[in-house]
Order: sequence, then C-alpha cells, then structure tokens
Amino acid sequence: MTTAVDLGVEAPEVVERTSTEERRATIIGIILMVLAAVVLGVFAFGVPPDATSTFNLSLPTDAIQNLSVSFNSRLFSGVAAVLIFVLGVDRLRRRNLRWTNAALGIGLLLFVLAFLAWAAADSSFSLVGMLRSTVISSVVITLGALTGLTCERAGVINIGIEGQLLSGAFVAVVLSSAFGTLAGVAGGLIVGALLGALLAWLAIRFSVDQIIAGVVINILAVGLTSFLASRILSEAQNLNAPARVPSIRIPILADIPVIGPMFFDHTFFVYVTFLLVVALHFGFFRTRWGLRARSVGEHPKAADTLGIDVLKVRYRNVIGAGLIAGFGGAFLALAQISRFEENMTGGIGFIGLAAMIFGRWMPFGALAAGLIFGFSGALAQKVAILGTGIPSEFMLMLPYVATIIVVAGLVGRSRPPAADGQPYIKQ
Amino acid sequence: MALVLEGITKRFPGVLANDNVSLSVAPGEVIALLGENGAGKSTLMNVLYGLYTPDEGTITIDGEQVVLGSTADAIANGIGMVHQHFMLVPVFTVTENVVLGEEPTGFGGVIDRERARSTVVDISERYNLRIEPDALIENLSVGVQQRVEIIKVLNREARFVVFDEPTAVLTPQEVDEFFGIVKGLKDDGKGIVFITHKLGEAIEVADRIVVMRGGKVVGEALPGDVTQQDLANMMVGRPVDLTVAKQPATPTEMVLEISDLVVLDERNVKAVNGVSFKVHKGEIVGIAGVQGNGQTELIEGITGLRPVLSGSVMLGEVDITDSPPRELHQLGVSHIPEDRQGSGLVLDFTVAENMILDSYYARPFSRGVLMDWDVTKEMAERLVEQYDVRTPGIDVAVSTLSGGNQQKVIVAREFERKVELVIAAQPTRGIDVGSIEYIHSQIVARRDAGAAVLVVSSELDEILALADRILVLYHGQIAGEFAPDAAVTDIGLAMLGSTG
Amino acid sequence: MSEVKTPMASKSPPPERPSWMDRVTGVGTSVGRSLLLPTLALITALIIGGFIIALSDIDSLKLLFSEPATAISQMWNEVLAAYKALFQGSVGSINAISETLFAATPLLLAGLGIAVGFRAGLFNIGAQGQMLIGGLIATYVGLYLNLPAILHIPLTLAGGLAGGMLWGGFAGLLKAKTGAHEVITTIMLNFIALFFMQWVLTTSGIQDPGRNNPVSAALPESAQLPKLFGSQYRVTIGFLIAIAAVFVVQWLLYRSSIGFEFRAVGSNPEAGRYAGMNVAVVVTLAMAIAGGLAGIAGANQVMGLEPYKATPSLAGFVGFDAITVALLGRSNPIGVMWAAILFGALSAGGREMQGAAQVPIDLVVVLQALIVIFVAAPGLIRAIWRVKADDGETVTQVSTGWGS
Repeated sequence: MTTAVDLGVEAPEVVERTSTEERRATIIGIILMVLAAVVLGVFAFGVPPDATSTFNLSLPTDAIQNLSVSFNSRLFSGVAAVLIFVLGVDRLRRRNLRWTNAALGIGLLLFVLAFLAWAAADSSFSLVGMLRSTVISSVVITLGALTGLTCERAGVINIGIEGQLLSGAFVAVVLSSAFGTLAGVAGGLIVGALLGALLAWLAIRFSVDQIIAGVVINILAVGLTSFLASRILSEAQNLNAPARVPSIRIPILADIPVIGPMFFDHTFFVYVTFLLVVALHFGFFRTRWGLRARSVGEHPKAADTLGIDVLKVRYRNVIGAGLIAGFGGAFLALAQISRFEENMTGGIGFIGLAAMIFGRWMPFGALAAGLIFGFSGALAQKVAILGTGIPSEFMLMLPYVATIIVVAGLVGRSRPPAADGQPYIKQ
Repeated sequence: MALVLEGITKRFPGVLANDNVSLSVAPGEVIALLGENGAGKSTLMNVLYGLYTPDEGTITIDGEQVVLGSTADAIANGIGMVHQHFMLVPVFTVTENVVLGEEPTGFGGVIDRERARSTVVDISERYNLRIEPDALIENLSVGVQQRVEIIKVLNREARFVVFDEPTAVLTPQEVDEFFGIVKGLKDDGKGIVFITHKLGEAIEVADRIVVMRGGKVVGEALPGDVTQQDLANMMVGRPVDLTVAKQPATPTEMVLEISDLVVLDERNVKAVNGVSFKVHKGEIVGIAGVQGNGQTELIEGITGLRPVLSGSVMLGEVDITDSPPRELHQLGVSHIPEDRQGSGLVLDFTVAENMILDSYYARPFSRGVLMDWDVTKEMAERLVEQYDVRTPGIDVAVSTLSGGNQQKVIVAREFERKVELVIAAQPTRGIDVGSIEYIHSQIVARRDAGAAVLVVSSELDEILALADRILVLYHGQIAGEFAPDAAVTDIGLAMLGSTG
Repeated sequence: MSEVKTPMASKSPPPERPSWMDRVTGVGTSVGRSLLLPTLALITALIIGGFIIALSDIDSLKLLFSEPATAISQMWNEVLAAYKALFQGSVGSINAISETLFAATPLLLAGLGIAVGFRAGLFNIGAQGQMLIGGLIATYVGLYLNLPAILHIPLTLAGGLAGGMLWGGFAGLLKAKTGAHEVITTIMLNFIALFFMQWVLTTSGIQDPGRNNPVSAALPESAQLPKLFGSQYRVTIGFLIAIAAVFVVQWLLYRSSIGFEFRAVGSNPEAGRYAGMNVAVVVTLAMAIAGGLAGIAGANQVMGLEPYKATPSLAGFVGFDAITVALLGRSNPIGVMWAAILFGALSAGGREMQGAAQVPIDLVVVLQALIVIFVAAPGLIRAIWRVKADDGETVTQVSTGWGS
C-alpha cells in the first residue's frame, strides 16, 4: 500500500486494541466445541451402535425414483463431531480471522446434518421433501426482506411489511376468485403499492415517525382485512376460492435429482422471486437508479446538493417496494395457502424484516436469510412429526434468536444505511 | 462575463438574513466573502446554490437573468459549491461520488464504470488533483476528501465555484496545497467565491474582499489596501477590543497535572500523543491550535468522557485518570463542553432543568430520588438574574434561547458552586460579541476567586485575550509554550507545526 | 415542571385570522387546544369508519344502481345502528361502563409502559412479549403459593411485574451493552416469548390437567382480582391498580431523579453522559420499568378474567394497541389514561356493535389505526378541518433509525 499513501489514502498510526475479531473468534471457537460435544454425546452415542439413517433424495413425482443414501448413524455423527471440534480448535488459535463466520456456518451445517441423522436413526427421512418445503417457505420471507431493503436502502424504515403482505393476500384472493389469477396478482401488487404510498406519504409529507407509521399500517391492515373478511367473505364464500396456480416444470432441469424438485418445479411466483433477487442486486449496485437510491439512504443532503430529488427517490422506492410486498401477499394467499384467513400472515412480515437485517441489506443476503429461516421452519415441522422429544417451538424461535445475535454484534454486526429512518427536511 | 447577484433579500421568521445584498464575480476572479457567524454569508450562498429562494432580488449570469429554484438549476447554470461539511457518501468510492447525479450510463440506466472512472482520472490529471478513483471516501483524509469535492464540481463543468469555509478542517500543509488548487482554478478561468471568517486568508487568496455584517454588505476592499485590523473592524462594526481587563496572574499550588497522556480517537489513531502540562491555582492556561489537532480528545480524556490509553491525570493529590464525569463534578471540576447543543444542554428541557443537569442527583435539588423543584426554581431564577441570561422565564425550553444565552446557562450552571478547576472548551464559539465579553469576564473572575483554568480554543484571539500561559497543540503534541505577550507570529508558526 | 413546549420566546409570527373551526370551537384555552386535535381525529375516524361500513354492505351495494335512494337510506340506517350500538355498548349502561373500564385496564398499564419508553427515547414494541412473560410468571406465583388473598394478589402481580421487567430489561441491556436497536430486539423477543409460551404451557406443573393444548390450570380464588362493581360486572380492582400506576409513573417521570435521568437521556444521551449519568443503566432501567408495567398488564389478563388461565394468546392484541394508546396520549401519563379509556370504550362498544348491529368488531381496530394516523400527522387533520397550527406542537419523532 505504499502507493496508496502517495495518493492520499491516510495511513496514520493506528493502535490495535484487543481486537474484537479475536474475541469473536474465541467465542465462536467455544461455541463450536460445545456443538461438537453435543453431537458426540447426544447424536452419536444417543443411537444404537449399528443404527442406520436413511435420507430419501427423491420425491414420488420425480423422474428418477428411489434415490437415497444410508449410513451408520453413530459413525456419521462421530465424524461430524470431530470436524466441528477441529473447526473450533482452529478458531481458538485466532488465525485467519476472516473465516470465523464461515467456520461457524460449516459447523452449524454439520450439526444440523448430525441432528437429522440422529432423528432418522433406524428410519428414513425425506431430505428432499424438506428442502423443497424450505424453498417454498423462503419465498414470502425473501420477498418481505426485499421489500424492507428496497425501502431502507433509500432511507425509509418499513415495519409495515406484515400489513402489506396481509392486505395483498386479501385483495389477491378476492380478485383471483372473481376474475382469475392474473387479476388477483395485479390486485395484490396494487394494494401493496398503495400501502407503500401511504407509508411514504405519512413519513415524507407529514414527517410521521417511520416506525409509528409502520405500526399503524400493520394495525390498519389487520383491522380492515378482518373486517372485510367477516363482512364479505363470510357471506360470499365464492370470493374466498382463488383459482389454482399451476406449477411450471422446467424441462430437463426439473429432472436433476434433489436440485430439480427443490428449485425447478414451482409456481411462477417462485421463479419471479429468484429473478427479482438478481434484478435488485444488479439494480442497486450497477445502475443509476441504484446509485441514487443508495446515496439517498446514506447521505440525503449530499444527493440533494447534486440535484437529486431525495423525496421523489424515497417515494419511488417505498411504493416500488410495496409492489414486492403485494406480490408476496399474492403468493401466500394464491399459491401457498390458497385461501384467505384472518391474520394469515401470523408475523411472517417480521421474519422478513429479520431476514433483511440478517442478510445485511443485500438482495442475495435476503435470499440466503430467507432460505435459512425457511429451513428452520421446515425443520420445526419435521421435528414435530418425528417426535424427537425436542419441542418444535424452539426451532420456530431460531430466526428471531439469530436476528438478536446478529444485531447484538456477536457474529459480526451488520451496518444499516446511514440515513435509515431519518426524515429528510429540505431547508 | 460574470455572475451577478443584485438586491437579494431573504427573510426567515423573525430574522432578516439577507438585506438587499449585491455581489458579483467575474471569471478568473477570486472573491473572499468575509463575515462573522450569522452575518448572512451562508444564506447568500444557499440562495446562489438554489437551496433557498430569495424573497427579493435577481441573479444574472452573463447578463441573462436566471431563476435558481433547485440545486439542479444551479448546477445547470454552471454554479458549483464545496460545502463546509463535505457532501460525500462515505461508503461510496471516489468515482461513485463524483459521477452521482450525472452518471454515464448505457442501456437501461446501467452505469458505464469505465467511462465514470476515466472521467475522474481525466479531471485529476488536468488539474493535478491527486486521487485514487476506487478508494472508499471513509478511508480518505479530510484534505483528500476536499479534493474529491472539487473534482465533483469540475465534473459538472462549473464556471463559478463557491467554497464555504474551506480551510476550517484542514491542516496547515493542506491549506497551502488548497490555495495552490484555488490558484489553478482561477488560472483556468473559474470565478471563485471564498467564504471565510479568517482575515489572513482573505488577504492572502482574494482579488477582492467583500465584508458582510448583519445580513448586509458593509464594505469592499482590495487586499493590498487593507490591514487585518481594518477588516476586523468592518466585520464587527466597531473597533474590537478582545483584550480582557485582568490583573496579572498569581499562580500558587498545582491543581491539574497531565503526564504523558495518550488518547485515541474513533479510528484508534493517537489523537493525543504524549501530552504533559500543569495548571496552577489562580492562572489561566490557554491551549491554542488549529481545530482537529487533538483538542476534543484531550478534553474528553481529561474529563472522563473518553478512555485514556496511557498517562495520568492528577487533580491535586487525587488520581482522576479515567474517573467518570460525576466523580470529577464532585471534586469541583467545572466543564464547559465544546459542543454546546450536542452535549452541554438538553434542548427540550427548560432553563431550570438545564441549570441542574449535572447536580440534580444531590441535595439540595433532590433527596433520595425525590426532586425538590422549589429549590431548583429558586436557584434558576437567581442564576438567570445573576448571569444575565435573556429568557422570558425559567420554564421555557432552552432551545428557544439564542446561542449566547444558551452558553450563559451552561456557564451559570458550571460556575455556581465551589470550583477548583475550570475546563472551558471553545467557550465562545458562534455567539454574539456581548456574550463573548461577558463569558470572558466570568472566566477571569473564576481565576481570581482561586480556580485553576484551562481554556481550549481554536480562535487565537481568544487565547491571547484570556491566557496567562499559552500552550500550542499540534498533531496531538505540545508544540510550544508561550507567555501571553509573545509574538503572535511565533505562536502562529508553532500552530502550523514549524518548530523554527 | 411541565414538558409542554412553549411557543418561540422572542419571534412570534404575525397573528393570523382565526379559521372558522377555531371560532366555532372557541379554542384558545390550553385545554381546548390540547383536546381539539384528538377530538377531530376521533370524529374523522368515525366518519371514515361510517363509509367503510356503508360500502361493505353487500345487500345495499347490489341495490345501489337499481334503487339508489333505498340503498343509501339502508346504508345510512346501518351506520346509524352500528354507531348507536357502539355508544350503547361503551357508556350506555353500568354494564357498558364496566366493560369499557375492563377493556381499558390492560391497555392503560401497557400503554404507560410504552410511554415511559418514549420518554426515555426508547421505542418499545415489545409490550406483547413482556405481557406474556409477565402473565407466565404471575401464573406460576398464583398456582404455587398458597396464601390469603391479601398477600397472594400483590405477590402474583409482583410476579407479573418481575417477568415483564426481565423481558423488557433484557432488550434494554442489549441496547446498552451492544447497541442493538430496541425496535428490532423487542419485535424478536415478542416472537420468542410467544413460542416459549406455546411450549412451556404444555409442561407439567403448569398445564391444565387433562388438556393437551397450551393452557395453564386456573388460578385459585385467592389470586383472582376482586370485582369492582360486584360480581355481575366484569371490571376488577385491576382498573384501580392501573389508575394508581398512572400517578406512580407521573411521579416517577416528573418528581423523581430517575425520571429526570430518563428524560435527559431520552432527549440527548450525549448530554446525559456529560452530566455524569450512567446511560447504560438508565436505558436498561427504563426498558425494565416499561416491561414491568406491561408485565402487570399480562398478569391482569390471567388474574382478572374468566377462566383465570394463562394461554399463549393472553396478550391478544393489547401490546400493539398499547402503542397507539401511548401515542394518542402523547406519552403523558394522564393523556395515556384518557386514551386507554377511549380505546377501552371502542372495544367494549365494538362487541355490542357486532352483537346488535352485525357489524364486525374489527372495525374498532380500523378506527384506532385511523385515530393514531391523524394524531401522529397533525398536518393531515389540519388540512382536512382547516384549523391553524398550534405554536407549541411538535411532531412525535422518537426513532432515528436502527443506527448501531
């Protein structure tokens, strides 16, 4: 970096304090050791020595049938325990600090696999089915997170995602029942955008605290949809019977074992979601729109002095984000559950918010977080069915616990846009 | 030919910020716009940059009248501005900051990164503004960030460039380099308006000096024809006499002893790097220096607001290194903080509440957890009277008071008890002359009552007026010690880091 | 001391001609001013609610084009009937008043908790979770102690207080120690509390014997809150406890040095630090007290109503409604009290409305949201009714981002 100094990149005398990175590596090292102990003590020695676990890797509808892997449960968990232990020891040596989170990730993955091997000891278990439902339940979470980050990248906090999803779901069901899927989706998009506009209008035009505005939108959405559901849907039940949304099987790709049923045999909602992740990433980091939106979320005054209309950018992003939430609501109601129920979102908008933070305000981060949180939901269902004695409620808590750990900075803090949540008032 | 502002008037509720102001700047000309804080300089420039709409007056460029309703209009008309607080996005690269708002794009609004980068390289080569186009702003020093701002302006092909207090945050070397850049721009035919309140700079860099006071233009001068004293008189409106009437100091025993103090700033850089000095009972020690040479960290280190890396702080016989603020308060340390509104006051609180902000927890203001508002109000009424705080009452929010009166609230609070040591940081920044004189006299009165006083100020005049002994802080170290009657040029040199 | 903002001291704008609204309402007195906005907000919300009732009436809508006059008169009658029932059900009889106060009790307690947070600069969205944990601990205390009512009731309430303080204080501690934003942590803690309740209420020792869903055994009579107006009316002494809490919070905020610290740190934490306050302790304590008040609300939901059992849904929607109550009451304890009674009345009346006029009670939720929108955006209500600005008015701005 000698040239950097010449170019004016400051290289002052920096005093290294007891590095937080080192402390983190130690903490995570200890966590990994504990995980290794659990894997060894509970999962490896909690099964008979000759028990066999079988993971099914194909669904009854697949082209290639009866694919599965079987292995000795105790041996598998034993190996996993050793690997986790090695990862932990490596962390305690405090080297290659950049790999700390990766080590934790691999450790947790091994832990989960060992757990599944234990749960499926002397029985079989449809791994691919679980992975497929992970993808499906990740869609709404990811869309919620994308909604949040599209707003927050431009500096507007949106905790009304839940309300946008719920309203989108309601309108999508009614319109889909009356006029078909397309109308339902369109209706969902429009109502999501309208609530986005309401949020933006309250926050920007009237300087209402953004969190208050978001809370109120959630309450309004619950009230209105429940009111209309019990007043209209209960009388006109035919309006709560949305058209079925067919799956689109992608030729060839859908026939690949495991990957096929996971990713390539879904309704169009799922494909659109994946495309949206790519498009938003490209948009935010490669285009004029993205650069301007991010500048407004980081330093609105700077953007303003360059002739960028801060408020317009914010309106546009928040309303556009509403479209995403509306789409998520439509997916939930038309494809995932196929009817409207009062308060059917049940907090999934907040999981989306958590996924946005967990994914560090990045579109691919949102997708990854959506998949992880979706997986913990799918895991909870399996655990309840398998009757392992582990309360499934603790699995359901995972997304929330993970988010607290992230915001508390225990596994590296994620940094929100600098002007997130701050109203911009032109002099 | 030229940019002309004519008869600009701008009113805010209750304030006439610009009163029939006229100003012109020609290509290749450098105008210094001189004035105190609140003289209306910034308002005028915000009008010029389209941030404010004037109530009256016209702006013409090359003889054609223009309406600057937004910053976009100003940019389109060739006006660029380098703000005092840089308008840079810290997490963006240099290139991203430069092209923001005028991005070279391809199909679908996709940014052409190569073209953007070469724009930056071209400008930096043409004007000899050394820069790394892919560096993140947050990793650059202040001087380099200013270069980015200038490149931004040049990229918009500005013909007229406004610099708002450009040297306030620069180190002396950076200031020299900056003047070189200004010269280059001037030679390139740019018209430049240079806003400052530093007299020497105005004389050094300008072709013409315009002085503002109370929202009006009160004078114009050519740099060759005036002295700093003349300009100062114009700025303030009456001959300024910053000398404070005081007796020579009679220092007795040592009160504060700083030894080898090292304090880190937010970036873990040693902002205070081995500072040692003593302050005695009955003397005022003034710490002079250009802003940003470790003053903030020094004060925060002494007062327990920032952890000390090494070294010690002794108050008489008591070691107060890293002692919490409350303990210092109980030991008789008064602290007038640098940032009046940021840390000295709770703006939503009433005058009375602010009067007890650091003593609310003890008798007579509270017993146990029970507050005694009668005692508080009584004291507040008395202090408002005694310290000449101009306020409609003690129950109004302190935010409604003027800066000078807010500062008097802090001074009243900090001086209204037995005080061993007074630490005053920038005690008169941005307040009116009347309040300055009053606060100075109060500080001297504290000294005469037997307190040790440490004053930190980036205004050398203030240090010269108050201090019995002057220390110069440069790059986190004491660069020299002077008697109050030492030659100003010597002190100035020490402030610039030349040990000559 | 008063926290009311005073108008700009020196520079008052030239007096405007009072608008017709100001002349009609004769505002000018401070009481008139402070009541004007909420009153207009309520009226506007009721008008919009009327349209919602009318336009969701399918039978009338079908007639709208063939027989518009009949349709409109049908709609009008329906709205009239709904609001008559709303009024009857909230203040029309002793039972209605009892129902109003009954519904107001948890709103008031939890709303006070939110208000304490606001005053300390904290946006506590976690009343929901704090109520659950408070209710849970109270249930354990209620079930496991065997004492006379005079001791059992206070101890059970104290259990609620402790549970809520624990849950709220944890969010405060996280904020103080790691900078984790309380809005995020309290949202997450709400869900964690919910799932915890779903599990813990199925464990032996608390679960109602013979049930397999998460529900606790009933509290003994000695831990049940006595009825206030006699056994035929549902309101309990819980309401008196809530009123007492109003005065305790008022005292805490404006008469105690703890409240002075809360308000100072809430308004300017840097100044608090400079003035020697321990900001970490203040933040943790403020969240603990906020949580404690919500915890008592949770205890009230177990101790104060049939069948005296804890369930994961014991908090209902109270934790979120409490936010609206605190906002409507402008975080002023007395204001919060009136706001809670108003929302209690809407809720009690809403049940009557659903029963007598077949208009779903969910309309009440819509009304609450609308009222809060109008109160939080005074500019909006002013534009609708053309009333001029109050000099001392400020926009509620409590959160400034997730900043770390």
